[in-house]
Amino acid sequence: MTAFLLRRLIQAAAVVLVMSLLVFLGVFAVGDPIEILISPEADQFERERAVKALGLDLPLWQQYLVFLGNALRGDLGRSFVFNEPALKLILERMPATLELAIGATVAALIIGLPLGLYAGLKPNSPVSKGIMATSILGFSLPTFWVGLMLIMVFAVQLGWLPSTGRGETVTILGMRWSFLTSDGIAHLIMPALNLALFKISLVIRLTRAGVRETMLMDYVKFARAKGLSPARVTFVHVFKNILIPVVTVVGLEFGGTIAFSVVTESVFAWPGMGKLIIDSINVLDRPVMVAYLMMIVLLFITINLVVDITYSLLDPRVRLEGKQ
Amino acid sequence: MSSTTATRVPAAPRVETPFQRFVSEFAASRIALLGLILFLAIVAIAVLAPWIAPQNPYDLAQLDIMDGRMEPGTVGGAGFTYWLGTDDQGRDMLSGIMYGLRISLIVGAGSAIIACLVGASLGMLAAYAGGRTDSLIMRLVDLQLSFPAILAALMILAFLGKGILNVVFALVIVEWAYYARTVRGSALVERRREYIEAAQCLALPTRRIIFRHLLPNCLPPLIVVGTMQVARAIALEATLSFLGLGVPITEPSLGLLISNGYEYMLSGKYWISFYPGIALLVTIVSINLVGDQLRDVLNPRLKR
Repeated sequence: MTAFLLRRLIQAAAVVLVMSLLVFLGVFAVGDPIEILISPEADQFERERAVKALGLDLPLWQQYLVFLGNALRGDLGRSFVFNEPALKLILERMPATLELAIGATVAALIIGLPLGLYAGLKPNSPVSKGIMATSILGFSLPTFWVGLMLIMVFAVQLGWLPSTGRGETVTILGMRWSFLTSDGIAHLIMPALNLALFKISLVIRLTRAGVRETMLMDYVKFARAKGLSPARVTFVHVFKNILIPVVTVVGLEFGGTIAFSVVTESVFAWPGMGKLIIDSINVLDRPVMVAYLMMIVLLFITINLVVDITYSLLDPRVRLEGKQ
Repeated sequence: MSSTTATRVPAAPRVETPFQRFVSEFAASRIALLGLILFLAIVAIAVLAPWIAPQNPYDLAQLDIMDGRMEPGTVGGAGFTYWLGTDDQGRDMLSGIMYGLRISLIVGAGSAIIACLVGASLGMLAAYAGGRTDSLIMRLVDLQLSFPAILAALMILAFLGKGILNVVFALVIVEWAYYARTVRGSALVERRREYIEAAQCLALPTRRIIFRHLLPNCLPPLIVVGTMQVARAIALEATLSFLGLGVPITEPSLGLLISNGYEYMLSGKYWISFYPGIALLVTIVSINLVGDQLRDVLNPRLKR
């Protein structure tokens, strides 16, 4: 187990290193940051001083080492636009994104589980067929367009919900949260539902497949033969067992949800990390771009690592794979 | 029924070619057929756009700024009806959608074809070479698939900037891994079959074995993945263009048209975003319907 863990950690570190090189080269390839940083009126002397101060006169590999060294100390540069450390900007906006992603996950479970359960228990009823057809639509609909349509119907036409922003927030542990105020919740509903759209379809399909499989199991037949009420069989014997795979997949999808919140945040002007990166790309605020990309790479590698380790704990075959 | 025909026509048993069987099996599903017809209609509209669109949305001389943001069904200054309304520049939305479809389809199909070529070659190489080459390529595939497509594309476009070619490049980068995995999987199975062994015993050149024997037998799953990936590419391109990172303003795809309508949405002018979205939705759904049926028809495990 230790050897497996060590190998995976080294692999993860190697991936981080490769990604940092790619991000660095990508930024370098875009062009000369000096053009953006100093005013056009600056004379030759000022220009050279700025180049030296930023270390841009060093050879490329030395610049990379400096970048890497700074990154290890948590310094990913200062934003050109906000003139604040890029990492701080991102961490400030992280709670908003997390709140949105968690809201979307909860919404997907609350909506998807009952619908999937119904479709699995009564596979031939017209309602179930309707649910399944809608879930296909959930996979095909472009998320950003659905977001626009939600705004149009519920904010513009009906006026029930606010269209953009986060609303009133409460500060807990130095972070601002929306879900504790009624105004904040009103702002959260539409973005969370929009981000949940794809996941709702996923949960419906997983739950339905799980229910149909579990209903044929011997222990379910036995529970029915014992004379237990259908409700008890459904909720205690079937539901509990399908919950494990569904929750696992939804958990695995969490990283993807955070990535995809880029789109939802842009539609609903939700002030999270995703909105920040899109705005930064549009004004070429490179330090923020680099910091965001490195954060996301780290996040994904951590998620993948945790998944791998969990799987190896649960399934010895994974652990032994490399030993042949 | 067969007995009555047998008495009248004694000979000629009907021989079905594999292609005919494929066609009749595909057509067995009404909804898939509907999807195919819709998709062909969309392709026809896109190809014929310059001849059938009421207006050339790129020709500034034909645009009248006075006709800006008109409701669907209004008769404009130029004398024809704007069935789907106009955008802020006075562009007819119907024409805009027809031309936008061209860009969306070209980007979607183009990236899918290139990704297919790249991915299939690498997948075939991995399956045929095995060993270190195989594990290197498959590691890359795993790495690629563990990052969400939207993020990888975002990263690439953030560095490369807007442009049709850049979008195609980004889509190829995020898609090739699906093809590589598919081809490697089926090539590994096919390689152990007797006909490959026979070809090797005949001392045929490796190139001939791969292209004439192995590849044609790996095609069915590749076609299925390819169809689905075209739909995915179109959706991803639209999303990227909506975020302002995809195609440039001079070549508006459906995603960019939707994005243009965003700011007018809050004042109730829904049509600028609504109709391009419907066109996008119909395109994606029709391709997915065709892909679903192809998967059933081409799946050897479901063969009777």
